[in-house]
Amino acid sequence: MTVITDAAENVAGAGVSSSRRVRRLTGRDKIVLGLMVGIPTLLHIVLVWVPTLVSLVLSFARWDGIGGLATIQWIGVQNYITMFTVSPTFWPAVQHNVIWLVFFVLLPTPFGVFLAYQLDKSIRFTRFYQTAIFLPVVISAAVTGFIWETIYDPDNGLVNSILGTNKPGASYIEWLGDSHLNLWAVLIAASWKQAAYIMILYLAGLKGFDPSLREAAALDGATEWQAFTRVTFPALKPINIIILVVTIIESLRAFDLVYVVAGSNGTKPGLELLSILIANNILGESSLIGYGSALAAVLLVISLVPILSYVFQTFRKEQQP
Amino acid sequence: MARPRPGQLPTLDRRSVLKVLLAGAGLAAAPGLVACGSGGSSASDPNTVSFGSNGSDAKPKQAYQAVLDAFAKQSGGLTAKANVQDHQAFQQNINSYLQGTPDDVLTWFAGYRMQFFANKKLLSPIDDVWDKIGANFPQAVKDLSKNPTDGHYYFVPIYNYPWGVFYRKSLFQEKGYTVPKTFDDFINLAKKMQGDGLSPFVQGFGGGESWMLLGTFDYLNMRTNGYQFHMDLMHGKESWTDPKVKSAMDSWKRMLPYYQAGASSKKWEDASAALVNKTGGMMVIGMFVGQSFTDKAAYDDLDFFAFPEINSQYGTDAVEAPMDGFLLSKNPKNPDGAKKLLTYLGSAEAEDTYLSIDASNLAVNEKADTSKYGPLQQKAVKFVADAKQLSQFGDRDSDPGFIQNVVEPAFAQFVQSPNTSDSLLTQIQSQKSQYFQS
Repeated sequence: MTVITDAAENVAGAGVSSSRRVRRLTGRDKIVLGLMVGIPTLLHIVLVWVPTLVSLVLSFARWDGIGGLATIQWIGVQNYITMFTVSPTFWPAVQHNVIWLVFFVLLPTPFGVFLAYQLDKSIRFTRFYQTAIFLPVVISAAVTGFIWETIYDPDNGLVNSILGTNKPGASYIEWLGDSHLNLWAVLIAASWKQAAYIMILYLAGLKGFDPSLREAAALDGATEWQAFTRVTFPALKPINIIILVVTIIESLRAFDLVYVVAGSNGTKPGLELLSILIANNILGESSLIGYGSALAAVLLVISLVPILSYVFQTFRKEQQP
Repeated sequence: MARPRPGQLPTLDRRSVLKVLLAGAGLAAAPGLVACGSGGSSASDPNTVSFGSNGSDAKPKQAYQAVLDAFAKQSGGLTAKANVQDHQAFQQNINSYLQGTPDDVLTWFAGYRMQFFANKKLLSPIDDVWDKIGANFPQAVKDLSKNPTDGHYYFVPIYNYPWGVFYRKSLFQEKGYTVPKTFDDFINLAKKMQGDGLSPFVQGFGGGESWMLLGTFDYLNMRTNGYQFHMDLMHGKESWTDPKVKSAMDSWKRMLPYYQAGASSKKWEDASAALVNKTGGMMVIGMFVGQSFTDKAAYDDLDFFAFPEINSQYGTDAVEAPMDGFLLSKNPKNPDGAKKLLTYLGSAEAEDTYLSIDASNLAVNEKADTSKYGPLQQKAVKFVADAKQLSQFGDRDSDPGFIQNVVEPAFAQFVQSPNTSDSLLTQIQSQKSQYFQS
């Protein structure tokens, strides 16, 4: 969100400074520029900041959503106290969100880059591989959930059949039922999509990469690994940043796959996520809108950490000559 | 019952599509379309009653339409227009639906979930309807249709179905098992079944179906501590750390070693296959388990018994029998018509029409025709009629948010690690105040 506002300010700033040097803006230019900056800013405020702030305000309330605003009780930081000290699902949810983020950054994302790098070498059937690997991204999360439920089925599922762990009493693995395993099982299912998504993004970047750079490196005697880490990877910095941002966004908004696999009936032990807790508390007939908002506020704070650090880094570097 | 169904979008039936088309081109069609969305604006018409339905599955949808058609035929010009919404979405949106422009009459559940909205003044009392239909229903059903807080009627029931322990007659005969009377017999039978290579307790609460666990807990608690304690616990008036609750959990711990392998990964639909192919012994579930039996002979072999006695003081008095029915919204557009429809829905005729299409439920109307019932339904009707008290179901007898967000996750944790039960009960107790304030 901050990105958009800052970008808008940059556009505005650029418009003003260049006008001094070149020529005055006509009245019409001002109107056009005003509209171009004003409309997105207005939309941004109405659609992003107002709901965010209302959410923050509601996080200090107790309200079931029935009756007018007069029925809201203000209870101070009680929701936060309950969340931090009483709720048995909150800390596991934070922990799982962090695991999700770290796992995504460490495994599927580099794997997607690896796939893209391999497919970029003009091997045979590369189009076929691209399509096959990209397919999971096109499938909706609900369908992905059903597919993986079948794969993980303890009796007849693919995984247990191959491992021979489908014999109750002897060896039996409940991938999605065991609270120590289910998060990892879901993360693998999510990676199936994430790696494919990253692959296609990176492949697009590699297509625009000047091959002569790599050839020059090869002539200088660089190994494949050196050529990638010293030449290709740094040259693709814009794509790398996009991929990092996409990875962070994907892991913070992790919801749909878990919702399909663990259902809408409360949380499953081992699969608590902040997004699921927020949905469960706000949707439904007896909702705790204040408590759900407090959870959302925590997710907002967590999201701001990577977003702000990214924004500061990019702009600090760009300001250097 | 919060039975999750695969996402079905609310669909228009052919009849209402035709109506919209017939309404003519352009603007003339607009009110019809608006009515489809909110069910509101055909208000001023004194000959129409709008009917909000959560019966989006094929059978209930067809059955409700048949009831409404039959109503139109005998009402002398009054017609009811169904506004069918996805079953799950209807429940998720019920708050904003009831506060917005709800349909005149709508489908809902008996018990705390009805009382909650009655107390929030989002429903209209219908005592005058009950003056006409009261003679059709037994006392237990009447009690469930009232809001105990103000003593008014708010609910017209249509059907219910009991929960029990379902088993296969032929399997019991073949192995020489007898129906257990007490909880000790129950556990001994489970032990014997395990020795015979069967899964004693068929269970499936995986894939988000944690609600299945509530049925077992409700029975354990009612058998151990009685109906009244269970209700008070569910309504937030008793403490979850009470030794009485611990005692119910201790009985549950005795059942856990005999649960079917993979119970926390399977949905009940998949788990019940063990009952169909006779690799499993018994299943604590509702009548709807019959849906898993596609073979007529196997279905006729299905039987059930009451959840066994734990405390002789309470015997097997209470029966869990969730009941569905109808409510009148706060400001119906056509109050007189709506009450006529509700009176009709409380008639034996409406019930017979409904159940002739959706046969997985039981009539609650004493005058309904049960002559076409098979032996299982006959037994179930008697089972419910003989009950001293009727409970609804964990998520209907209590605050649904509390059950969904606090109790179900705790029970799901309990079956994974039974030894944590005391700390889980403490957690439930400490979160309770968020939902019940008094």
